[in-house]
Amino acid sequence: MSSTPGKNYLNEKSGLWSWLTTLDHKRIGIMYMISVLSFFFIGGVFAMLMRLELFAPGALFEGNTYNQMMTYHGTIMTFMVIIPGVPAFIGNFVLPLLLGAKDVAFPRVNLMSWYCLMVGAAISFLTLFFGGVDTGWTFYTPYSIQTNGTVLMVLGAFVMGFSSILTGLNFIVTVHKLRAPGMDFFKMPLMVWALYSTAIIQVLATPVLAITLLLLASEKLLGVGVFDPALGGDPVLFQHFFWFYSHPAVYIMILPAMGIISELLTTFSKKTIFGYRAIAFSSVGIAAVSFFVWGHHMFVSGQSELAGVIFSFITMLVGVPTAIKTFNWVATLYKGSIEFRSPMLYALGFIFLFTIGGVTGIILATLATDVHFHDTYFVVAHFHYVMVGGTLMAITGGIFYWFPKMFGKMYSEFWAQMSFLFVFSGFNITFFPQFILGATGMPRRYHQYLPEFTSLNQISSIGSWTIGIGFLIALGVIIHGLLKGEKAPKNPWGGLTLEWTADSPPIHENFETTPVVTAGPYEYGR
Amino acid sequence: MRNLLAMYSVLLTGLFTTSSAWAERIMPAQGNAYASEVDSLYIFLLVASLISFILVIGGMMYFVLKYKRKSANDETPYISHDHKLEFLWSFIPFLIFMFVFAWGWKLFREARTMPKNAFEIHVTGQKWAWNFDYKSGVSVTSSSSEEAAFVIPVNKPIKLIMTSKDVLHSFFIPAFRIKQDVIPGRYTALWFEAEKEGEFQIFCTEYCGDLHSQMLAKVRVVSMEEFENWMQTHPSRALGQMTLAERGKYLTNKSACTACHNFESSEKKIGPGLKGLFGKERQFEDGSKAIANADYIMESIYEPQKKYVKGFGGVMMNKYLPKDLSAEQVSWIIEYIKSNK
Ligand code: HEC
Ligand SMILES: [Cu+2]
Ligand SMILES: [Cu+2]
Repeated sequence: MSSTPGKNYLNEKSGLWSWLTTLDHKRIGIMYMISVLSFFFIGGVFAMLMRLELFAPGALFEGNTYNQMMTYHGTIMTFMVIIPGVPAFIGNFVLPLLLGAKDVAFPRVNLMSWYCLMVGAAISFLTLFFGGVDTGWTFYTPYSIQTNGTVLMVLGAFVMGFSSILTGLNFIVTVHKLRAPGMDFFKMPLMVWALYSTAIIQVLATPVLAITLLLLASEKLLGVGVFDPALGGDPVLFQHFFWFYSHPAVYIMILPAMGIISELLTTFSKKTIFGYRAIAFSSVGIAAVSFFVWGHHMFVSGQSELAGVIFSFITMLVGVPTAIKTFNWVATLYKGSIEFRSPMLYALGFIFLFTIGGVTGIILATLATDVHFHDTYFVVAHFHYVMVGGTLMAITGGIFYWFPKMFGKMYSEFWAQMSFLFVFSGFNITFFPQFILGATGMPRRYHQYLPEFTSLNQISSIGSWTIGIGFLIALGVIIHGLLKGEKAPKNPWGGLTLEWTADSPPIHENFETTPVVTAGPYEYGR
Repeated sequence: MRNLLAMYSVLLTGLFTTSSAWAERIMPAQGNAYASEVDSLYIFLLVASLISFILVIGGMMYFVLKYKRKSANDETPYISHDHKLEFLWSFIPFLIFMFVFAWGWKLFREARTMPKNAFEIHVTGQKWAWNFDYKSGVSVTSSSSEEAAFVIPVNKPIKLIMTSKDVLHSFFIPAFRIKQDVIPGRYTALWFEAEKEGEFQIFCTEYCGDLHSQMLAKVRVVSMEEFENWMQTHPSRALGQMTLAERGKYLTNKSACTACHNFESSEKKIGPGLKGLFGKERQFEDGSKAIANADYIMESIYEPQKKYVKGFGGVMMNKYLPKDLSAEQVSWIIEYIKSNK
């Protein structure tokens, strides 16, 4: 298809309505970007307030207020930021471009997913006007049945779940049907493999969450006894249901982030990826095994000893492909030509933090040590190293990497590097002390603590402000780039994947002529 | 060669004893040998983690600095894979993971295998206090962290039989490296043996609402003599003057269980005689079987229609709700049934 010169997907049509009804995957991606960043800001404010309270317990908030902030922080960050963050936001923008396609397979469904997320989020926020929710993001029964507001919150999560399911479905079909001529499965960029594996989990696991939440709602509204012992239900059953979704969901959050890392490392070291197939298959392998490890959240829940042993064993098995990926990334750097641009810094930061998250994951998968660490700050530190140090670093790196493609503008490299410096150092100051807090016994979800935990908590709070500054700088870099950035070339980083052959920003249907693929995605040095 | 081996083993044992002492800086004080065993595993994991971290991140930093871009036209070699290397770095982590899995399992089993001769104490969690019922009838409640209301004898295996009145709680004593969720509507158990006298912190580690972070208690470990003295003179005893089994007997009369059951003989009335019930295998009308443990008896009281004992099909026992008989009271009845061997 031919296009008018000077026209691109951003300026082709104008007006709010043209955005709200758009079927263009890039525009939908940008709408996700705006929503996800706004949610991230709100969730971040809750986090800051919690750390402020923990700096001097009792000075600011009551237990109930703190517990509500903890709940909103967790719910927003998982369901509204990290889960849609990579697949729906970055994936939407880049997947068709990486495949050399005009759009995703079902553009209307794609728009509908965005509306699902927004409606679900709106419903969740409504709970704030009905006294708030204080169950924690895990909604454990029977506590969640006995408190108000749960049903509305759960309904919100239910609707947001459909956003995830529809996006997954859309991506699976897109990958199967819309690859450019010549692009067989082993010529796909690793980001595509990652999004594909994620999509499978989204489609298979999210319905289980939906069923669980429906059961919870029917128990609360209709008095059907499922989880509440007072009605003859079993509270531990809820945990099985919940983690059957939420463990795979951890991989919905981390797999696509790993995809981003593979893209960044190859481009900025100008080197082909080491062990393409190993990385691709380990994505699929992780996705498959992730369905059989949920019980590692329940070693002390009252599940049988045998179940605990089996889950510990399978969890160790997931550790292997995860380790393989890390080694492959490091090997990719060997004899490369490494350029320290801000996206690369975020990628290297990812490997650093993710490795710490990974090894502490093994400590938690080991039965006897987990019994001691379970539900302490050790776990809080571990999953923040994986989810924030991992996923969020990857998202930020991804934003800086594809920003020129998204908006056709460059940003201030210096300030982008500063943001990394603050986020990375702040992150370690915040979360490393929490490992020690947890090991020495401080339980999670405490708004007050024993005096011996004071100094480490205060260090942690100071770190959180540093992270806050880092992300504010990043936001400033983005806004400044949008307003004042220089015009970006087609391929500012020298990348070899297809999106860099499109204009910056791309035209409405991405490519002037459908690209034909003859080689793998990272053929540097050939 | 011999000497070398000897030196090596001395070194290893030395390392382990010092590491276990060193562990007390990054872990809570060790209340018994099990805690130091868990710490040895933890130290091993930490050292292995540190080595892997140094290899991965050290390698990364080294490459990043060594192969820094010199010019825009740098040539890079095309290295796509290396099967030997990839096999090695999959297999070695796999071996390490299996090793720590097995080690963790071994200790976990130790912690989960209840000793036969343990001193049993009933624990009931509720928002936001812990209740401890001793068989002697002493009953203490701990709702603040200040005083250590919960007292146990040193060097005696203690078994806690736990349930909750309302929502989930979790019973955590860092010094003994043990933790177990406490669940309404059923029993869970935990055992440990304190090998040091002193006071140790107890936390609730399952979120339970507003005052979750104040649901603290302390356990005071004392010598056997001191413990017996404490128990004899405890005011709650003077108040109740009854053992748990005695209270259970009282309740079976009060709640009219005795209308349908003999408790001190196995002769049937409307329902089966319950003497010697505890620990026996039961057969049901639908052909299934179960062991009559604490959970089974609790279910028989709260959900009598779930299972019909063979020979009593369709004979209805009244359903008791927790407001009629609390979980704590059910524990007393269980003790009574247990005492009628
Ligand atoms: C109206 C008569 C009736 C009353 C009152 C009654 N029960 Fe029962 N109970 C039965 C019958 C009939 C069965 C056997 C059928 C069944 O399993 O439900 C039974 C079964 C049981 C069993 C299982 C026995 C076994 O051998 O497996 C236990 C334990 C029990 N009752 C305890 C109690 C206790 C404790 C109380 C008082 C709190 C009580 N019952 C009150 C009639 C009664
Ligand atoms: Cu998990
Ligand atoms: Cu609690």
